[in-house]
Amino acid sequence: MKQTPETNTPLLRVEELVTAFSTETGQVRAVDGVSFEVAAGRTLGIVGESGCGKTVTALSIIQLLPYPNASILGGRILFEDLDLASAEIEELQRIRGNRIGMIFQEPMTALNPVHQIGRQIMEPLRLHQDLSEKEALSITLNMLNKVGIPSPEIILSEYPHQLSGGMRQRVMIAMALICNPSLVIADEPTTALDVTIQAQILELLQDMQNQSQTSFIMITHDLGVIAETCDDVVVMYAGRVAEQGTVEQVFNAPRHPYTQGLLSSIPRLHTPRKTQLKTIEGMVPALQDMPPGCRFNNRCSHTIDQCRTHYPNLDGQVGEHRTACHRWQEVTPS
Amino acid sequence: MNTPLLEVNDLKVYFPVKGGILMRAKNYNKAVDGVSIHVNAGETLGLVGESGCGKSTLGKAIVRLLKPTEGQIIFDGNDISTLSASELKPIRRDIQMIFQDPGESLNSRLTVGALIGEPFEIHNLDSPESRRRKVLELLDQVGLPANAIDRYPFEFSGGQRQRIGIARAIALEPKLIICDEPVSALDVSIQSQILNLMLNLQQKMQLSYLFVAHDLAVVKHVSDRIAIMYLGHIMEIGDADEIYRDAKHPYTRALIAAIPEPDPSRRGRTKDVLQGDVPSPIDPPTGCVFHTRCAHARPQCVAEQPNLRETASSELTSHKVACHFDL
Repeated sequence: MKQTPETNTPLLRVEELVTAFSTETGQVRAVDGVSFEVAAGRTLGIVGESGCGKTVTALSIIQLLPYPNASILGGRILFEDLDLASAEIEELQRIRGNRIGMIFQEPMTALNPVHQIGRQIMEPLRLHQDLSEKEALSITLNMLNKVGIPSPEIILSEYPHQLSGGMRQRVMIAMALICNPSLVIADEPTTALDVTIQAQILELLQDMQNQSQTSFIMITHDLGVIAETCDDVVVMYAGRVAEQGTVEQVFNAPRHPYTQGLLSSIPRLHTPRKTQLKTIEGMVPALQDMPPGCRFNNRCSHTIDQCRTHYPNLDGQVGEHRTACHRWQEVTPS
Repeated sequence: MNTPLLEVNDLKVYFPVKGGILMRAKNYNKAVDGVSIHVNAGETLGLVGESGCGKSTLGKAIVRLLKPTEGQIIFDGNDISTLSASELKPIRRDIQMIFQDPGESLNSRLTVGALIGEPFEIHNLDSPESRRRKVLELLDQVGLPANAIDRYPFEFSGGQRQRIGIARAIALEPKLIICDEPVSALDVSIQSQILNLMLNLQQKMQLSYLFVAHDLAVVKHVSDRIAIMYLGHIMEIGDADEIYRDAKHPYTRALIAAIPEPDPSRRGRTKDVLQGDVPSPIDPPTGCVFHTRCAHARPQCVAEQPNLRETASSELTSHKVACHFDL
């Protein structure tokens, strides 16, 4: 989103995360060995298509996975000197809503329909900070002002259904930021909104980040949103990381055939009309029957025998442009 | 110039908002409020707008899934806006529809073969054997395997289900297909497959599309002309490239600027973010419906509704805009 000084100690470090769901046909790994870092004050985008595990990754970080079907099988989630993957429930409760804020896709279902807006925004404040009602109220009014809600005094006593979709998302953002967290996870925050409202909300998120130096994880399927709002990006495919790097690295010189395919299959405003778009043939394999080796091998035009037997690990060092492909050096146009 | 395949003149679709103890109509939701458009044979007209602008209502009224309150729908020379259900039946062969969510628009209890064969059955065409042959041909045309014929919709992914929906729509070789957000529910990599299929079919079958969607980049890619809709009115209509290159209406410009493009180098650009929400279509603003969000609004905009007028710049192709001023 802006120039931020590179720091050496990341705020959040996810190492080899494995999250599985138990189903009738056995255990299915929705996230299978995902690692990334979020530096202080930076925005990381996680992008991928439905079922790639991006939301499950986010829910694993704050341990909001559906119980008892899903569980973290392995890996570490290091956040502010704590491993969230093995933390006690009391420790997690101290962090959720306080040190880590969450913005969900559909504010209508994420907000409680029978509680007034004011009470819902104040809830994290009163839970985590020892404040009088008066102090909490003034912080809340201040925050509603900041997120651009007109006449906040009136909104305080209204219910979610009385607000428009854009206003509800502003309320969600106020709730996520009210305790001044160091990390905010936004899961498809603008997907349910119209494009002009989306522009408003994205602008607001950037303003809020510039003011507060909060780190963001932005989860979305929309490559445009990633390009406009993020510093770094993780491209996920079928539960694993295909490619990661800065937004400039990944968008300007994509290395993984999947990222290359995704970026060239989107119709853009300046491409010639009514021409055939590039496609990625076939579809994502079901989690139950992932092909051995690279999970993209059944859709990739560069597949060789090695791809069918060995899963490619991410190459390079943390913080570099990294790719999980045996052949990226050959397939990337230089 | 040839007469257009579809001509819609001053179409209005109002929904009564009922209230009071007698549940009489207290007010009207003016979903479509005086829209005139045309679609030429073999061309695609893109219809863009945000939720609640009336674009889907307009599409459904043209297929006559909704009854227009006022105005004309002239298809292939006949006014179909007031025809009865039985009079409409032969015309429905020529106007088909593709829906947004193929999971919901396909009957889950029918096999794919029965679903695609249904149009032949309804219109009493062909014997059962030749129907099956035609269904197999259609499956091939939309890129589905022949063994899909005896399977059920739930066995298919979203993209494949949309292919089934397309096969149904093209079964009777229609002239016009109304596509209501046909790719919005699909993943990016599947979206391009479906768009390519639709472009191929159009060329092969000389289809006309009315392509209704909210994603301007997708609409621009498939359309010859684009109409921008806001609160039941057409704000601007013209050649697709020209709308993108030289948008005249402040709303169109805001829409184009608001699209997040997958290009980090464009990040620094100044965006005029449109403030506020779309007003309610039950109580739309006076004058120009866009004036409450328009940065250029003047007293005239509050008092007077602008007509859709030809712009000065367009000599070869028609480019109309509903704004009092040349901005």
